[in-house]
Amino acid sequence: MREAACFLDEAPFLTVEGISCSFGPGCAYCADDEADLERNRCPRCGTIHALRRVSLDVYPGEIVGIVGESGSGKSTLMRCICFDQQPSAGSVATPLVDGGTRNLLSCSPEQKRAIRNTVFGMVYQNPWLGLRMDFSALSNIAEQMIAAGNRNVEGMLARGRSLLEQVNIPLSRAADTPREFSGGMQQRVQIAKALSNNPPILLLDEVTTGLDLSVQATVLDLISTLRRELDVSMVVVSHDLAVIRMLAQRSSVMLDGRVIEHGLTDQILEDPQHRYTQQLVHSLL
Amino acid sequence: MSTSVATVEPATVSKAKRSVPSPADCLLRIEGLSKGFYLHETARTIQGCQDISLTVRPGEFVGITGRSGSGKSTILRSVYRTNLPQQGAIWYDSARFGPLDLLQAGSRQILYLRRFELGFISQFLHVLPRTTAYDRVLQSALEVAGPLGITRAEACAETENLLRHFNLTPDLWELYPLTFSGGEKLRLNIAAAMIKKPRLLLLDEPTASLDQSSKLKVRELIKQLKQQGCTMLGIFHDLEFMEGLCDREYNMHEGFMARKG
Repeated sequence: MREAACFLDEAPFLTVEGISCSFGPGCAYCADDEADLERNRCPRCGTIHALRRVSLDVYPGEIVGIVGESGSGKSTLMRCICFDQQPSAGSVATPLVDGGTRNLLSCSPEQKRAIRNTVFGMVYQNPWLGLRMDFSALSNIAEQMIAAGNRNVEGMLARGRSLLEQVNIPLSRAADTPREFSGGMQQRVQIAKALSNNPPILLLDEVTTGLDLSVQATVLDLISTLRRELDVSMVVVSHDLAVIRMLAQRSSVMLDGRVIEHGLTDQILEDPQHRYTQQLVHSLL
Repeated sequence: MSTSVATVEPATVSKAKRSVPSPADCLLRIEGLSKGFYLHETARTIQGCQDISLTVRPGEFVGITGRSGSGKSTILRSVYRTNLPQQGAIWYDSARFGPLDLLQAGSRQILYLRRFELGFISQFLHVLPRTTAYDRVLQSALEVAGPLGITRAEACAETENLLRHFNLTPDLWELYPLTFSGGEKLRLNIAAAMIKKPRLLLLDEPTASLDQSSKLKVRELIKQLKQQGCTMLGIFHDLEFMEGLCDREYNMHEGFMARKG
């Protein structure tokens, strides 16, 4: 019998450390990370501190959940990780780039684009941000592969078809534009597109929000299958505790731009420590 | 509004005085464990259990008895770390990590232990949505199969064995457990936990809602597991059920350990 694979000798696959992101001029008062703010707004200069020193680790094949109310900074965090938004401080690293010694945020725009296309797969809450609505579903997927340097048309088409099949989009609709798709289908095309270059890290921002229950179930099952069969690491953002409970073994709770509680998901849901987490969990019942 | 960080990582747990137990003695040694649930809204603490000490030696079946609300489940849930205790130590002699205080263990370590060493069977009939009965048990088996060198075919065979053992007939295998009766759901959950042959199995009144014949099935399997060397810490209301299974017994009363049997 072989020895059990060890979790602990492993290094994190994605390390996000001390990310801060603010919108506004900033002042001497709110430059201090511990300064008291009105929620996330500086009372002196009106600067919005969307993220204040947020850190996060994701291990290989793990799904990490992020919960919190609207405006708590969840989406900003995802946008900072995948370079959509430049944070004011902090670092993002993965052993896939320079063995983890490189802060990805300091890479050149070209390097960022390459990392964005091959290391990360991002699925937005709003499919309009992730898809070109007037190109066919298949072209949307091909576009992502071309961006990663793929020039083999036949190969890309075959890969596109197999991805659409994987996310349960009938091939008869492959040439249709996402504009003509339902919300759930758009979300699934987005997932297929995000998966096209086999990214080892998927960032999913509220992917099931606004979908009806049966479609939500299909998307959630797809995510579980991806983790189980492809061993993809994921960060899943949701304000829906049921989604987090089902997908993530470890989670962080965000409030006003900070992580206020993090640890085992079942512990956070059944023995919440922070006042806000207790409110959140008790509202569920 | 307070923005203090309520981290549930072990760093914040107050350190009680502790000594490393000799690993040969016990698999689990709880020392001075206290757990209260502080509710911010009402500024009240609900006491779960207080100053609990108990030991479980390898291969033993130790029972905890007591009225409902006496804090029995709090102890088991603290060991599984679904609860975060404030005080004390829970020494567990891990096959992978050696003697380890579960209160101080990191969440990744706990997840490893839950996957390979600790099992938990609760009285609640939680089932995974849209997962067939067969897949539920098979997935559980596959979680440990890879690292233990068990093939998929072997895992499938064991799944079928166990489902049959628990009177879950093949016509139920491809159904979603959501449609099952309470007893069927519970037997399925037990099968899913037992197929992993955990090193330490925590049983939180798993037979509370079962009929007599199902109880006997569970009892039979517990006996088998015990013969295979599985150590168990369990809560049972049914004293008759414990008869002949249980090596030692602790009694709880209002959050405290009343007596040791």
